[in-house]
Amino acid sequence: MPPTAPLTWYLGLSAALFAIGAVGVLIRRNVIVIFMAIELMLNAVNLTFVALARSLGSMDGQVIVFFVMTVAAAEAAVGLAIIIALFRNRETTNADELVTLRW
Amino acid sequence: MTLDVAIAAAKVLFSLFLALQVMGLGVFFERKVSALIQNRIGANRAAIFGFAGLGLVNTLVADPIKFLLKEDITPAEADRLLHFVAPCASLVPALATFAVVPFGDVLEVGGRMINLQGAELNVGLLFVLAMASLGVYGVVLGGWASNNRWSLLGGIRGSAQMISYEIAMGLALIGVVLTYNTLDLQEIARAQGHLLWGWVPAWGILYQPLAFVIFLVAGIAESKRIPFDLPESESELVSGYFTEYSGAKHLMFMMSDFVEVVLVAALVTTLFFGGWQVPYLGRDGFHFPWGAALALPSLAVAIVQVTAFALKMIAFTWLQIVIRWTLPRFRYDQLMRLGWKGLLPLSLANVMVSALLVLLAERGA
Amino acid sequence: MSVPVFLVLAALLVAAALTVVTHPSPVYSACALVLTLFLLSVFFVGLDAQLVAALQVIVYAGAIVVLFLFVIMLLNLTQTEPHPTGGAPLVAVAVGGGVAVVTLVASALRRVTAPSTPGLPAGFGETAALARRLFTAYLLPFELTSVLLLVAIVGAVGLAKRRP
Repeated sequence: MPPTAPLTWYLGLSAALFAIGAVGVLIRRNVIVIFMAIELMLNAVNLTFVALARSLGSMDGQVIVFFVMTVAAAEAAVGLAIIIALFRNRETTNADELVTLRW
Repeated sequence: MTLDVAIAAAKVLFSLFLALQVMGLGVFFERKVSALIQNRIGANRAAIFGFAGLGLVNTLVADPIKFLLKEDITPAEADRLLHFVAPCASLVPALATFAVVPFGDVLEVGGRMINLQGAELNVGLLFVLAMASLGVYGVVLGGWASNNRWSLLGGIRGSAQMISYEIAMGLALIGVVLTYNTLDLQEIARAQGHLLWGWVPAWGILYQPLAFVIFLVAGIAESKRIPFDLPESESELVSGYFTEYSGAKHLMFMMSDFVEVVLVAALVTTLFFGGWQVPYLGRDGFHFPWGAALALPSLAVAIVQVTAFALKMIAFTWLQIVIRWTLPRFRYDQLMRLGWKGLLPLSLANVMVSALLVLLAERGA
Repeated sequence: MSVPVFLVLAALLVAAALTVVTHPSPVYSACALVLTLFLLSVFFVGLDAQLVAALQVIVYAGAIVVLFLFVIMLLNLTQTEPHPTGGAPLVAVAVGGGVAVVTLVASALRRVTAPSTPGLPAGFGETAALARRLFTAYLLPFELTSVLLLVAIVGAVGLAKRRP
């Protein structure tokens, strides 16, 4: 039996993906790419859930992943609709220029 | 261990080989059947040593050589990487789906039972839907990467059409899953082997006729064939999303078109027409309902089943080609209306009725 | 999943994720995101979660990112940005913070011993097992997510409609 990758490696990989997504949200200016980085963070969490589900032998982790995917789909639809509506009014997708709600 | 890998590789290569051969035949049929429908002869001039083979040499030898030797042009301001990747992104998912299509029952070799299916996934139908979803990228990236307004328009229209009909296709498949209680295509094909009332083979068309019609229409729309070919309409959008492609890349786009035709044919036969099932043929030979039996070795049974599957695939490929050369094109809004307001409610109704019937059948049994 | 396969796929995954976050063209970011999601699906298959892997490709890679690409092309945002990231101090602090978090997590994981994996029940990760949990213990969240999707569809159509 070849040695299988231990659970901690999966968790470390998931942490790395989450950090990359979080850094992406902080440093990019285009709101669509910020949104993509948010999806990346959600997927990192999915990887954690699936790895732990297998490690603990329980299907609950995969059920949670199912729900995360559904919620992410709903969120992507509404978020992109917001971006379209915003773009129609402001003609820009640069997060530095979409500052009207700031005091 | 390595023997397992070798057997799996051989099965996948064989199913790909089968798919590509039927695709080649499909290309030839396209030429000849369209010619017969339009009361002309079709291409038959290219010949090797005087042998023209009714146009086989022209379609299967001369045309590919012509495509491969043409100059490969990338437009000036186009995105080079995506222009290169788009045809591959269109062809690879279509070919990959053939890994889960079963082409025979089992082959007994040296005491070992080999399941004649490329990849034995227990979520086979979902794999088919996943590859259909990935096929959208070839279209939209090909349309955008050409730096051409008409290509972009064709690409956006094509991908909108594909994602609309994917939904109807998936919901039609739910009816099939309810009937057979499994997502594995090999199990669905096997379950169509038993006989109703002693002599009628229990093929899927008898259980899910509406799902068959919805799946066929949605499959033709997915592969953007006429009557749903507005994304590549030759008379309106030049060539739609593959206008700016020449040579080998154009050949890959055309290949992906025909591979999808063969794929829809393969899926329709597997889900609704028994796949590799020959009526009254079991694993050890024929068992006719009137009592006669004919024992056959495992290899002969496998060959008969694979041939039956190939013939059924060819029949449905021929059907799609005849549909293409008979019906006029849908306008884009008619197409979207059919997908969202026609097929989607019908497939939902099919799911509800199928679920009700399955429940009643289980209660009654 | 065996160690060499894991290492190769993990390296590809991190490279694709970095491309999503750093490439100046939004279309290339979307393509890199598709690659990331597909590689994650491969990881899921290796972790005995076949249904979730298929759903990941169908829902995430095949629908959500297509939606992203549609919005990018609809609004014609395909141009490569000259200044994709915020100013240099922001980038330095953010990247420093990210590296610090990963180092912290990695060192914590090194000190942890994973629980011993019990034998997986038959049919783990298959459709029937997921459905059994979903429709018994998680029935209420399931119904709520269907309502959520309806609300999201209505909301998205209402937001993106062109006011006459």
